[in-house]
Amino acid sequence: MADSQELELRAVTPTNTPHSHSRVRASLTPIAIGEQPAPSQLRWGKPVLIAIVLAYLAAVLVGPVLAIGYEVAIVGLGNALTALTAPDALAALRMSLGLAAISAVVNAVVGTVLAIAIVRYKFPGRGLLSALADLPLAISPVMIGLSFVLLVGRDGLLEAPLVAAGIKVLFAYPGLVLGTLFVTLPFTVREVAYVLEEIGTSEEEAAATLGASPAQTFWRVTLPNIRLGLSYGLLMTVARSLGEFGALLVLGGSISNETQTATTFIHDAIEERKTAGAYGMALVLALLSVALWTALHVLHTREAQKKAR
Amino acid sequence: MKIRVENVSKRFGNFQAVDNVSFEVESGSLVALLGPSGSGKSTILRILAGLDSCDSGQVWFGDEKATDLHARARSVGFVFQHYALFRHLTVEDNIAFGLDVRGIPKPQARARANELLELVGLKGLGGRYPAQLSGGQRQRVALARALAPDPKLLLLDEPFGAIDAKVREELREWIRKLHDEVGVTSIFVTHDQDEAFSVADRVLLIHGGKVEQLGTPTEILDDPQTEFVARFVGEVSVFSAVIQGGKAVSGSLAARVDDDHREGDRVHLVIRSYDLKLWRDDAGIATVQRMVTLGDRVRVYANIDGAGPVTAQFPRRSSLLKGVEPGSRVQIEVTTARAYPAATSLAPSPASLSGP
Repeated sequence: MADSQELELRAVTPTNTPHSHSRVRASLTPIAIGEQPAPSQLRWGKPVLIAIVLAYLAAVLVGPVLAIGYEVAIVGLGNALTALTAPDALAALRMSLGLAAISAVVNAVVGTVLAIAIVRYKFPGRGLLSALADLPLAISPVMIGLSFVLLVGRDGLLEAPLVAAGIKVLFAYPGLVLGTLFVTLPFTVREVAYVLEEIGTSEEEAAATLGASPAQTFWRVTLPNIRLGLSYGLLMTVARSLGEFGALLVLGGSISNETQTATTFIHDAIEERKTAGAYGMALVLALLSVALWTALHVLHTREAQKKAR
Repeated sequence: MKIRVENVSKRFGNFQAVDNVSFEVESGSLVALLGPSGSGKSTILRILAGLDSCDSGQVWFGDEKATDLHARARSVGFVFQHYALFRHLTVEDNIAFGLDVRGIPKPQARARANELLELVGLKGLGGRYPAQLSGGQRQRVALARALAPDPKLLLLDEPFGAIDAKVREELREWIRKLHDEVGVTSIFVTHDQDEAFSVADRVLLIHGGKVEQLGTPTEILDDPQTEFVARFVGEVSVFSAVIQGGKAVSGSLAARVDDDHREGDRVHLVIRSYDLKLWRDDAGIATVQRMVTLGDRVRVYANIDGAGPVTAQFPRRSSLLKGVEPGSRVQIEVTTARAYPAATSLAPSPASLSGP
């Protein structure tokens, strides 16, 4: 019995302490494990782990971004940017920026209202609403596009009323707006709901006892408290809407000068072997992403500082 | 302003938080709502503030029925346990908030805020943010903010709960002085009986959502109306006893109690740790288990033959303690004891009870 215990101990203890030789005290030896330099594996484990993570990030994230830069250099920056001044390229870029702006404005309002409803009010179906707000994250954008097509397209449920009202959704601007709004819905809701949950209700209650109306409480107490979370959510909203491709291709059809966006422009340009335009547009999107990423990072740091205060 | 609460009840799902509570608070007085955690005292306070609504019953502010009044229309100052200061506003803006939302001109609101800053002893800190203040300072700002709009009623929810012991003591005395200065009717919630008794004019003891007793600290200490009050207030020992010849008898212990009980009744005998004497006597009825010195007092834990554990307190230099040490036999004499019918749901615990 004592033998087997000691054997086990030897197995886990790299170097035996004097204690573990004493059979009588075999049951006491586990203390010796604690005295061993146990973190020895971690000493080289840490740099290896970091190296693996960095290599992965380089392969998956940094590499492709650098590749765009490299290709642009080969084509020539001048050529790439000149290709972007073509009317269809400018229209596509303007379209993407416009959609991003619309989704930012709509999500700022809708996201905040939804988050307040989910966190602050108790009503039947609250859990379902919260789950629904996450739905766009789980569904492929192409599927979203397809389901909209089935809804408003030929023989769709809403086709007749839309035709009667003279509204064209598919392969038109409203379709692009719908698709963008759908895929960007979760970001502000999630961020704002999280912050609301964290700050709790006591400041809002304090405002009420001090005589503030619900509107005053919102503008003077709630909004300043969720400002940071809301900005964070909006930055992600903009990034998402600039990068959206599948839903916009299905809903808009990427018609040049009409429903083409920056991403579908790149797709079409590559198909047509207009590499200069494709690389130029990709570079612009990459730069926008870097700018958004920097802004996110700055907000993140500010948030961390605020918590540390 | 006089406050009247009539038959107020409140349920949260299956939990009866407040159960048919009625009481009155005289204008200008300072009242403590005292009770263990989950007794419903905070809910009562929130109902008074209009932050929670009651399921039934009425709340009267003077002659005005306040039951259905919105929180912002009640003119009630509320001090939250964790301050609930507006973190994005300076101390001065926090205090002026209640005036700003009422549309009082900026210069006037600033002047009032600074007046209150001086009142709570934080002059010169108006430009700071809440995160830059200590717990005690934040609580003072919260109080100044609640007082700024000149409320008719001031409510404080565990106002000293989140503050360290030393500062808490100071704040207690200070809040009593402040109340005497400002004179606003005030109600505060606490689970700390020392706090309730040292600060309040009257104490309202709440248990299980019901009012157990409302009275001055002396009334509650000297004349506990229910077994709960007797056991909750101070440090007590409880025994299962039977009435025999006008005395409550438990094992070798016999204590004189009031004559509300009939011969043979089963009762719970409640004895305060300072309502009994003990002295060294080898023919006594108890054995000392443990003695603990607490500053100028000594607490003696003993076991009474056939009755169970008892706790007693003496001044450290008391002549009674001569020769008393763990293991020694002692005689016990009960000076004051109370007996309550044993039918109540409170079972006597084997160990003596003490306050939180």
